[in-house]
Amino acid sequence: MRQSYIMPGFRPTLGFTLLYLGLVVLIPLSTLVFKSLLLSWDDYVHIITNKRVLASFRVSLSTSLLAALIASFFGFIIAWVFVRYSFIGKRILDALIDLPFALPTAVAGIVLATIYQPNGYLGQLIMDVFGVKVAYTPIGITVALIFISLPFVVRTVQPVLQEFDSTMEEAASTLGASRLQIFSRVIFPNVFPALLTGFALAFARGVGEYGSVIFIAGNLPYVSEIVPLMIITKLEQYEYAGATAIALTLLVISFILLLLINLLQLWVRKRSGQL
Amino acid sequence: MSIILSDISKQFGTFTALNHIDLEIPEGELVALLGPSGCGKTTLLRIIAGLERPDSGRVLLNGEDKTEHHASHRGIGFVFQHYALFRHMTVFENVAFGLRVKDRKSRPSEAMIRKKVHTLLELVQLDWLHDRYPDQLSGGQRQRIALARALAVEPSVLLLDEPFGALDASVRKDLRQWLRHLHHDLNVTSIFVTHDQEEAMEVASQVVVLNHGRIEQQGGPSEIYDNPVNSFVSRFIGHTNIIDTEQVDQIWLSSSGLMPTDASQKVAHVRPHDIEVVKDAEIPSQAVLKDWQHLGSLIRIELVETGLQHFKNPIYAEMPNERFKQLQLDRGDQVAVKIRNARWFH
Repeated sequence: MRQSYIMPGFRPTLGFTLLYLGLVVLIPLSTLVFKSLLLSWDDYVHIITNKRVLASFRVSLSTSLLAALIASFFGFIIAWVFVRYSFIGKRILDALIDLPFALPTAVAGIVLATIYQPNGYLGQLIMDVFGVKVAYTPIGITVALIFISLPFVVRTVQPVLQEFDSTMEEAASTLGASRLQIFSRVIFPNVFPALLTGFALAFARGVGEYGSVIFIAGNLPYVSEIVPLMIITKLEQYEYAGATAIALTLLVISFILLLLINLLQLWVRKRSGQL
Repeated sequence: MSIILSDISKQFGTFTALNHIDLEIPEGELVALLGPSGCGKTTLLRIIAGLERPDSGRVLLNGEDKTEHHASHRGIGFVFQHYALFRHMTVFENVAFGLRVKDRKSRPSEAMIRKKVHTLLELVQLDWLHDRYPDQLSGGQRQRIALARALAVEPSVLLLDEPFGALDASVRKDLRQWLRHLHHDLNVTSIFVTHDQEEAMEVASQVVVLNHGRIEQQGGPSEIYDNPVNSFVSRFIGHTNIIDTEQVDQIWLSSSGLMPTDASQKVAHVRPHDIEVVKDAEIPSQAVLKDWQHLGSLIRIELVETGLQHFKNPIYAEMPNERFKQLQLDRGDQVAVKIRNARWFH
């Protein structure tokens, strides 16, 4: 028996979905694969195992992961404050959160580079207090990535916290749980899947980010070159096959990492009865 | 554990939820806080639990002032209206929660926790659901799990907020009886909030009637029903016909036997079963039987006045099924009305 839906249109919408995925995602990505297939296996390995390329992978992945972690932590706190408390100027702050979405990333990059460079406002302060250089190091890259990826975390966690049934907290309290126990055993497990989604989005954005990073990164070989920069460099030298080889590798690594995060999320949801 | 509330007040903005409440609940009672919605009954329950802070007044549990104690240190069990089960935990883990969060010194061993949780689940007759999640249970099952969870920490007071409010009628009936028996077996001082007077009368050993943040009356179910202290309680508990003597014909009054004994008595409250309906050609009729409804063992009769002067509202009388058949009453009959008993308020 055919399932009946209240809203019709399964066929056209599925058709549109497939068409869209084909045009926007599959065709460009398969071109990437085909283009890098022009290379022989040895050439591919040669390009990828180039020390400078390997270093850029290390920089890109580690800064993205670190930035996603930090953004998740602070994003969670920001979402918490927005949901739990009311204060003057909350709406304005709430709107400010989305700014990194709208700001051209290059603008963000230039601004960040300006204030974090060794004689910039914050750069100098941090240099004086901690003796750490932010701009032109992986720390600078991480700062830029946190800036870019924070809204992803806030906007995924916020609605879930909003929906959270706070009588569960009261129930836990009457059962003798301390505040810490209520947070760790009741609130956090319910929000964790959303936080993982936010983390995955932040990470994915971080790996692919170019505009906001290149200005603050300084692009020193082996130190602060990111993978997207290596791809651009290759493109500028008309090494299209080389560029696609690096791009494809980055794509596969990102895909595997996102898949792992999704599997973790599935496991968490299963374990907590949300599936 | 006995509960004493003294001079409890609570204000939400400009709304007075509780207005100088004094209440004493002896140990082992099963008390119903009864009142219309917005009367402050849930707020009072939450103040006893420590989930809400009173603006003034003290909460004494077993003679000990617990007003400043956090909800987690009051030794109370609370069952929430919508159960508030932990949806990320299995039924077993839900019930075990209160035991697992105890500090290391007082926490029972894993084996003890298992044993205790299974005992409680058997008590609520749901042990077979122990590995399900709350989303997979029906309303009645969730309710009982919530109760088992609250009982796991062996509370000295059990508080239930509208415990049967969200359940369908037949499940509600079963659970009412079940709660009564459970209370009888455990003998833990229990307070439940309800807006349903039938439920309060059926389950509770003591009923506290609240209205507009004040206690109107406290007493046993029959006390409250038979001797309501004011017109609010009289109207709120059970069915009552309200007859304003100034608006009804005096002859009608005297022939029905409803006569005020002094001038201050103006409004009569008459229970439906205190109205006798007689069908006799000899006695002049005072009413017409407009309609009747079958209520199981009782028949409810709707009476309207004959003649020019009409009641504002019809009068309802109730009589046993057999009596109704005996009298061979039917719609449109002219009947005489005898009022056996009335309560006067002004």
